[in-house]
Amino acid sequence: MHKILYAEFLAQDIKRFRIQALKIAQKRKAGQFVIIRVRENGERIPLTIAGSDKKEGSVTIIVQGIGKTTKQLNKLKSGDSIMDIAGPLGKPSEIEKFGTTVVVGGGVGTAIAYPVAVALKEKGNHVISIVGAKTKDLVILEKEMKDTSDELFVTTDDGSYGFHGFVTDKLLQILNSGSKVDFVLAIGPIPMMKRIADVTKPFGIKTVVSLNPIMVDGTGMCGGCRATVDDKTVFVCVDGPEFDAHKVDFDLLTKRNRAYMREEKVAMEKFMKEML
Amino acid sequence: MQKISNKDRMKIPRQQMPEQEPLARVANFLEVNLGFDAELAKTEAMRCLQCPKPKCIEGCPVQIKIPEFILLISQGDFLGAAKKIKEDNMLPAICGRVCPQEEQCEVLCVTGKKNPPVSIGRLERFVADYEREVAGLSVPEPKPRTGRKVAVVGSGPAGLSCAGDLIQMGHAVTVFEALHELGGVLVYGIPEFRLPKTIVKGEIENLSKLGVEFVTNAVIGMTDTIDELLENEYDAVFIATGAGLPYFMNIPGENLIGVYSSNEFLTRVNLMKAYRFPEFDQPIIDVKGKNVIVVGGGNTAMDAVRTSKRLGAKNAYIMYRRSETEMPARIEEVHHAKEEGIEFRILTAPVEFIGDENGWLNGAKCIKMELGEPDSSGRRRPVPMAGSEYILDIDVAIIAVGNGSNPLISQTTPDINVNKRGNIIADENTCATSKKGVYAGGDIVSGGATVILAMGAGRKAAKAIDEYLKSLDVPVNQPAGSNA
Repeated sequence: MHKILYAEFLAQDIKRFRIQALKIAQKRKAGQFVIIRVRENGERIPLTIAGSDKKEGSVTIIVQGIGKTTKQLNKLKSGDSIMDIAGPLGKPSEIEKFGTTVVVGGGVGTAIAYPVAVALKEKGNHVISIVGAKTKDLVILEKEMKDTSDELFVTTDDGSYGFHGFVTDKLLQILNSGSKVDFVLAIGPIPMMKRIADVTKPFGIKTVVSLNPIMVDGTGMCGGCRATVDDKTVFVCVDGPEFDAHKVDFDLLTKRNRAYMREEKVAMEKFMKEML
Repeated sequence: MQKISNKDRMKIPRQQMPEQEPLARVANFLEVNLGFDAELAKTEAMRCLQCPKPKCIEGCPVQIKIPEFILLISQGDFLGAAKKIKEDNMLPAICGRVCPQEEQCEVLCVTGKKNPPVSIGRLERFVADYEREVAGLSVPEPKPRTGRKVAVVGSGPAGLSCAGDLIQMGHAVTVFEALHELGGVLVYGIPEFRLPKTIVKGEIENLSKLGVEFVTNAVIGMTDTIDELLENEYDAVFIATGAGLPYFMNIPGENLIGVYSSNEFLTRVNLMKAYRFPEFDQPIIDVKGKNVIVVGGGNTAMDAVRTSKRLGAKNAYIMYRRSETEMPARIEEVHHAKEEGIEFRILTAPVEFIGDENGWLNGAKCIKMELGEPDSSGRRRPVPMAGSEYILDIDVAIIAVGNGSNPLISQTTPDINVNKRGNIIADENTCATSKKGVYAGGDIVSGGATVILAMGAGRKAAKAIDEYLKSLDVPVNQPAGSNA
């Protein structure tokens, strides 16, 4: 059992947890993830690590309650425990001194983009961050991103806060303004990452995305998380999770992530009934 | 014991193991083989000729004293027989179930020259079950501690057998497991109907009682590296991570939804209990009333196809590119699969998976094969027959064509030499790797093999690690003169 040292909602359905996991806290690097299991009969789900506190021996994860397991997790409070946490898994982000970098976080993807932004800044890059959300109340980590970025842009789809439009619109504006950008990291929903890849491709900018396929063990053993990158099959858990955005088959990833839609609905209905 | 001549012993027929009827068992996940009772076991034991130079022992990777334990059974001393086996094999309830005895000990049985061989495996299983059920697992006397600590990486058959021996030799042992449950392939891979999980749990509890420490959710290579284990706490490391990286076939359509590796399919069902969804959260694609093919001819393929049948598949096929003679699966597994209505499409291989616009698998383009000249494995090479392609309607395909080596340890421990397939290179007799104090055995060295070979490697490694630890300086934490 791993104790939740602290839990707080950042926005509706988006919760930040600090979970006791000494080894993982000491070892993890930007871009890596953990596999967790909330309860005894629970499924194993991957969650990217948003940060860690080595002294406290805790890792931070930020969870959007979408499916049964994430909703169940988001019901837990400080002092509760989760059943299992394993990691850190996956390859760390490749952090180099690129020059000018743009870090794009869409929705809860900002939580995953944040540690990479920190690492890029520490390496001496000029960091421009674009944080996008549907609406003002769903903007997360604005202060944290501001503190680690040289420039920060917030976008909302409905224009309720910051720039009115998608993160891609903002990125295109930056690129069209003639700013020389050497590296783009984009983390968010698959359609967003795909559009970012389309935007940066004509500019020839190295662009990296973090993929979020369905996983079971997270250690290379099952192959459930396979994706097609550069026309080759990769196992995202051990070969990734970060890949060259211009080579990822996003359509395949979208389809594969729908494999258990029927079961997800069944599980959710059962969960909702139990909550009544 | 009554006097009985060898001639009379030869007249006793091989005793049949009671098993669940095929029609009943395809509707449940309970064990197929029900095991001998005491009478059947004693009768079967009488068939052993007690050869002065027993051939059977030569075939056993861990050299169990087979005639001795069988003699004890025939005398009704079942607990004594269990003890005798445990001198050489700490996990007899598991080996009695999953060892390929027909190609190890039983194939060499002298009785077997004229008649069916003595059922050594079934007898081993009987005494292990008897001991567990009647007397409870026996915990041998603790040995004096040496003060040395060994890390065992992986809690599958190689890791458990190595840990069992090391603890008996007086060393402290910690077993690290990447998953949340202990047992490795015994738990995530081999289904309940062939190896009930309570048996694996029992064996692990026994090791705990002996003092072995277990740590779950520890992905060595990531959570800790081998170097960190050696620097921080441990005097030696045994790597027994298994062959954890499934091969696919690199044919078009392999990433369609509905194409699983056998590892994923079996892990979802066995470890995550997806067959009890939604009581358990992890889902699996519903195969009820659907068509499933399993590609491959090994034990894992048989496990996967029989599992799909139990999940309600209408048609469950084994597709294998060679003929049945070349199948690596145990005869018993093939036999059981056929009894359960599994259809065998031998000398056939898929060349492409076909899907719908949403990315769901709905067919396999298959090609027929004929056998040509023997290949490097000594088996006749399958050669595709031009123009023999046909489409088979399928909903789920499970690829069971073997495993490569998991990269997590070799990536973070460059001074452990690996071969071109990524398997760790280890000495055949000592399991020593190129790195001092680090040993490796089981599938991570051999590539996909059997439970008993992995156990054999675990035992060899334990012996070599013991010698290595003795060769180190004066034992720590031990005042001079104590338990010399």
